[in-house]
Amino acid sequence: KSSVQTIGEEQIQNPYTELLVLKGHQDIVRFLVQIDDFRFASAGDDGIIFLWNAQTGEKLFELHGHTHKITAIAPFSSSDVAEEKMDLIITASADRTVIVWDCTSGRQVQKVSCFHSTVKCLTVLQRLNVWLSGGSDLCVWNRKLDLLCKASHLTDAGISALVELPKNCVAAAVGKELIIFRLSASNNGSEGWNVLEVKRLVDHQDNISSLVSINDLTFVTGSHVGELIVWDALDWTKQASECNFLDSSVHPDIQPEIKLSQSPNETSVQHLTSDEECVFAAVGKGIYVYNLQLKRVIACQRTAHDSSVLHIEKLPNRQLISCSEDGSVRIWELREKQQLPAEPVPTGFFNMWGFGRANKQANQAAKKMQENTPTYFLELVGDLIGHSSAVQMFLYFGELGLATCSADHLIILWKDGERESSLRSLTLFKKLAQNGDLQLKL
Amino acid sequence: MISAPDVVAFTREEELEDDLYREPPLPEEYSVPLFPFAGHGANPWAKVAGSKFTRDFILISEFSEQVGPQPLLTIPDDAKVSGTFDLNYFSLRIMSVDYQASFVGHPPGSAYPKLNFVEDSKVVLGDSKEGAFAYVHHLTLYDLEARGFVRPFCMAYISADEHKIMQQFQELSAEFSKASECLKTGNRKAFANELEKKLKDLDYTRTVLHNETEQQKKANDKGYYTTQAIEKANELASVEKSIIEHQDLLRQIRSYPYRKLKESEFHPYEPESAVDRANMGGDQDPAASDLTEPGETHLYTHVPSYTPKLIKAKSAKCFDKKLKTLEELCDVYFFTQTLDQLHHIERTFRGDVCYLLTEQISRALLKQQTVTNFLFEDVSFLDEKPPVKQYRGCQGLGQDAIDEKCSEASLAPKVVISLGSYKSSVECVPIKMEQEMEDSEEPKMSESVMSEHQENLDYLDADIKGSISSGESIEVLGTEKPGSGLTKSESQASLPVIPSPQVGRSKVGSRRTVSEDSIEVLSTCPSESLIPEDFKASYPSAINEEPYVDDNEGGLRFTPRLNPGIDDGQDDISKQESLVQVDAACCIGKESPNFLEPLPELGQKPCEEDGVVRIPPQPYRPAEQGLRGGFPSHDGLSGGLLPYELDSRYLTGSREVSKSSLDECSDSTSYMSSAASTCSDRTPSPAHLACSAGERHRKRAGQNALRFIRQYPFAHPAIYSLLSGRTLVVLGEDEAMVKKLVTALSIFVPNCGVYAKPVKHWVTSPLHLVDFQKWKLIGLQRTVSPAGVNVLHALSRYSRYLSILDADSKTLRCPLYKGTVVARLADHRTQIKRGSTYYMHVQSILTQLCSKAFLFTFCHHLHLPISEREPEESVVNRRMNFLKLQLGLANEDIKIVQYLAELLKLHYIQEPGQGGNPLLRFDYVPSFLYKI
Repeated sequence: KSSVQTIGEEQIQNPYTELLVLKGHQDIVRFLVQIDDFRFASAGDDGIIFLWNAQTGEKLFELHGHTHKITAIAPFSSSDVAEEKMDLIITASADRTVIVWDCTSGRQVQKVSCFHSTVKCLTVLQRLNVWLSGGSDLCVWNRKLDLLCKASHLTDAGISALVELPKNCVAAAVGKELIIFRLSASNNGSEGWNVLEVKRLVDHQDNISSLVSINDLTFVTGSHVGELIVWDALDWTKQASECNFLDSSVHPDIQPEIKLSQSPNETSVQHLTSDEECVFAAVGKGIYVYNLQLKRVIACQRTAHDSSVLHIEKLPNRQLISCSEDGSVRIWELREKQQLPAEPVPTGFFNMWGFGRANKQANQAAKKMQENTPTYFLELVGDLIGHSSAVQMFLYFGELGLATCSADHLIILWKDGERESSLRSLTLFKKLAQNGDLQLKL
Repeated sequence: MISAPDVVAFTREEELEDDLYREPPLPEEYSVPLFPFAGHGANPWAKVAGSKFTRDFILISEFSEQVGPQPLLTIPDDAKVSGTFDLNYFSLRIMSVDYQASFVGHPPGSAYPKLNFVEDSKVVLGDSKEGAFAYVHHLTLYDLEARGFVRPFCMAYISADEHKIMQQFQELSAEFSKASECLKTGNRKAFANELEKKLKDLDYTRTVLHNETEQQKKANDKGYYTTQAIEKANELASVEKSIIEHQDLLRQIRSYPYRKLKESEFHPYEPESAVDRANMGGDQDPAASDLTEPGETHLYTHVPSYTPKLIKAKSAKCFDKKLKTLEELCDVYFFTQTLDQLHHIERTFRGDVCYLLTEQISRALLKQQTVTNFLFEDVSFLDEKPPVKQYRGCQGLGQDAIDEKCSEASLAPKVVISLGSYKSSVECVPIKMEQEMEDSEEPKMSESVMSEHQENLDYLDADIKGSISSGESIEVLGTEKPGSGLTKSESQASLPVIPSPQVGRSKVGSRRTVSEDSIEVLSTCPSESLIPEDFKASYPSAINEEPYVDDNEGGLRFTPRLNPGIDDGQDDISKQESLVQVDAACCIGKESPNFLEPLPELGQKPCEEDGVVRIPPQPYRPAEQGLRGGFPSHDGLSGGLLPYELDSRYLTGSREVSKSSLDECSDSTSYMSSAASTCSDRTPSPAHLACSAGERHRKRAGQNALRFIRQYPFAHPAIYSLLSGRTLVVLGEDEAMVKKLVTALSIFVPNCGVYAKPVKHWVTSPLHLVDFQKWKLIGLQRTVSPAGVNVLHALSRYSRYLSILDADSKTLRCPLYKGTVVARLADHRTQIKRGSTYYMHVQSILTQLCSKAFLFTFCHHLHLPISEREPEESVVNRRMNFLKLQLGLANEDIKIVQYLAELLKLHYIQEPGQGGNPLLRFDYVPSFLYKI
């Protein structure tokens, strides 16, 4: 019996009533990256990068150059006033090369193949006009693909994630450690840069699986055993930590029975995202909302999906989208619990998995807290079923829709049917006017 | 689909006849007025008295130079078809109206025999005694052994229904022309082969003769030649000449395509060759058999291999040789192609003419629905024919309905005339040019014509009397040959006062009633292109030289004989002609030989009298102008613009105009159905134009669909699913049963594009999202194997995109339907019994839906704000109000129209070259499980 909440076929709030299947990839599609308002790139294990039009689903370019799977992709837009705007993307592959592509012409701009190991992550520091590649080494490159400096031989594991911090610093996740590097202009020569290891943070018990910057003052990391640590971005001290997603006592809503069913690998923090108030963590099959002010989890959905949640994103409209290995994409809404203490738990949300009972039990214990602070819950407002295999990632394009990529080699563009319909009407009447057919009306 | 055929189907079931009248009236433009003579208990499908054959057939006949007209084969090749109908007799009839000059040989001023690349002639002929009416297509094939190298053939479409022949004249003509072209192409190929072989023979003969001559020369070294040597030398010379001539023939036959292309500038001979002609002329022995050198053609015997043979100068008798059969005359490949085409023609035109016409009209109308017709119609066939032709029937009749001039004539001539005027209007530009060119010659022409008539009158009178007394009548109702109609009608009606042919011809139709002649040329279709170009160039000069020499016993036929530079070619014709007549007479002597004589002459005259031939298109101009004057709004109707005109009218929604044109169509329909016609009950219904398979499919699908809606109480939601674009999966173990259900339901599936219907009859692998984009109706195998589990798993996973019809347990899982449209579409208590009728019923309701979707899609303010500040909500409100109030749609019906509108939009905005991404639209609506 599945304990996952289901929504059924009637989904009034789900705007996505039209879909386009984009075919092209021949293997798992792992990365989607937005280039500008209407274009995005996709890449995956087949080593091919596709550029797509998010509105029409048109395939713009097919970029061949890598011989192995793509391991990292990053957009690199130059918005220099002097130059004309160039949309570039940088891709790293298991063939130990990094290629810079021009998205306008679909051509390969430059290729670097002097790496000793696979580059696992790429970060662009727009402010300094440089980009960093992280593998077993941390390399700093300028726009012209000159190697500016590098920090070698960190560990066997290599850098799995990089994030930019203020004051020319970057945080790199290397195994269980978090290493802070500082970039500084070298004293001799204008183009020279030095990269120095500033600090090593060893607070995590297990490998760091995700690393995100929240704002200029904080960043957050998550590990495989479900630890979530909020760091101060300036002095790299631990602001708060939440390492007990398993511990039911921390949060009133968490029920012991459910905890038992969870195996350790299901507590891994797969992905983190945040807005100004909260950090949203994809932990195992569940989604947790951690409030930075309250320093606690304010809402959670322990089994949001049938299997691991791979990617989550917060939408501007208090909605949250998650995708999972089970092949589905779910849309959640963070709602404030309006209930008075005596009021029954809203059934629409909890009845499916017996959460209501637990809530009732916990009601009294949590009463005090609820009186002071509003509590939240995540309500499922829609799900998108289309992929037949794990949905690796998605990209939210606002009103253009949602692009999802999956292990079934497909990319699906989900669109608002109403909006598309009226857009088509607009096109239709434009074309009518163009063809002069409207004149006959008179 | 226009619903008129539906009505026909109704009336055929006699018990339902009363119900028909109680039916709500059809829109005026589609209604079929009742048969005007119904009061007399007449049945429009009553068997036409007198016809001795059971159904339409195609007859191929030959005017054999040995035995005269003889039937060769019929299509269908079934003795039952022609029944007691006398094919020999009818062959005689149809061959005797061959206007084609089968003239080949030495034209005036030509050194060598010339092949005429003559156009076919197209004639409509009726035999009221036999109850047979025929479209007759004459053509000539080349045969080296035949007289004049030509063998006249004709293909005739024979029907008991005169009106069918008249209405379908253009179509028949076009289709038969294809067959004829095919046959002639094959014949040219065979002829060229034959010539090559002959050349080899001649070459060999020459070598032999040459050697003999050399030997003789050596043998006798005296200063003079023996008579033997001279003979040999003569023989050699004639063989050499023959070689040159045959080479020339070969060159001519090979240059055919080129000559075809350059038709306009083509001249049969170079002027300078006339000099040669004069030199050579003496050599020719006019008494020798036709066209070619003494004896040689006839000596030649067919050599199957390429081993050259010696050709001897020995004359063979006409009756000794065996003429080639039609198969032998034509390349095998082309012959079979021709037969295929003829079979196709037979299939296309059989059955009742009202079927053909409603089909054509509805097709013509459908074709104009460029925006919506792809949804439920099989669009592929719409591209086959040019639109002008499609609409001809309606247009022609529309015109004749208003043609006051013809009002006194009976219906048939009216039709003919309108055909003619239609045609002339299409060709009006070349005609005008022609007129200018011919002006100078006109007076002479008319004079010669007149004088000729004086001569012919008595002659003809005798014939006419003969034929009347014998109770036989041949009516030449219409021909493609412009000149023939003119001359004949003038001569018959003895109207020499007519100053120029123009006036005479415009009255041809009306004169029919006045004339008591049994041989009547009612009308002709002027078609300049059909005049043999060889004659165009060669004959005017001859006539100009001696304009009055026509005044002799033979009429125009013997004109050339009096020309100074007498050419054997001309002689040959006359001889050939007289021979033909003699042949015919001796072979069919008992069949009133006197009757035959004028007819070949008829055929010849226009060809010889070039001036007459070339003028004719003019007479139709007055009629055309009159038409324009009376109906200014129909200006656009003449010419190929018509469909576009109508199309634009549909777009503008100006009902008045389009209605008037539709009225014409319905007029024509009613006229057609009211005219006594063939018995549709004894003939299979027409399988129209490459749709025979489609027709059968429709019938079967309609029948299956009927069974489905009777058998399954949940047919409505299932059909709703299909109409609203939700993929319906038919799940079952038995492939045949699933496929049957899929076929039944396929008639409800809207097309997404101009491609094949989005229907997949049988799938065994698990379905995927991509499949729902491509297919809207899928037959799926249910198995118990592990693979089957996957199949079911996929079904449940994608259940939100699917409706699932379980054929084994007879359940349906799909969204609720509470609308009204599908109830009308699929009423399980329907009285419709026939599959094809039900199919048409479905089509008509779907057409209604299409028009609603069209309105919805193309109303600007339903989709876009009227003013810039108008909020989106008010547009949405307006849209919903329109759907509910204006279009009268309830509940889920709105979804159907919205889906169709979406398809229309996609279809319209799609760029032609681009395939466009198939998109899947869906709704988040709950499904319900229906059980029987």
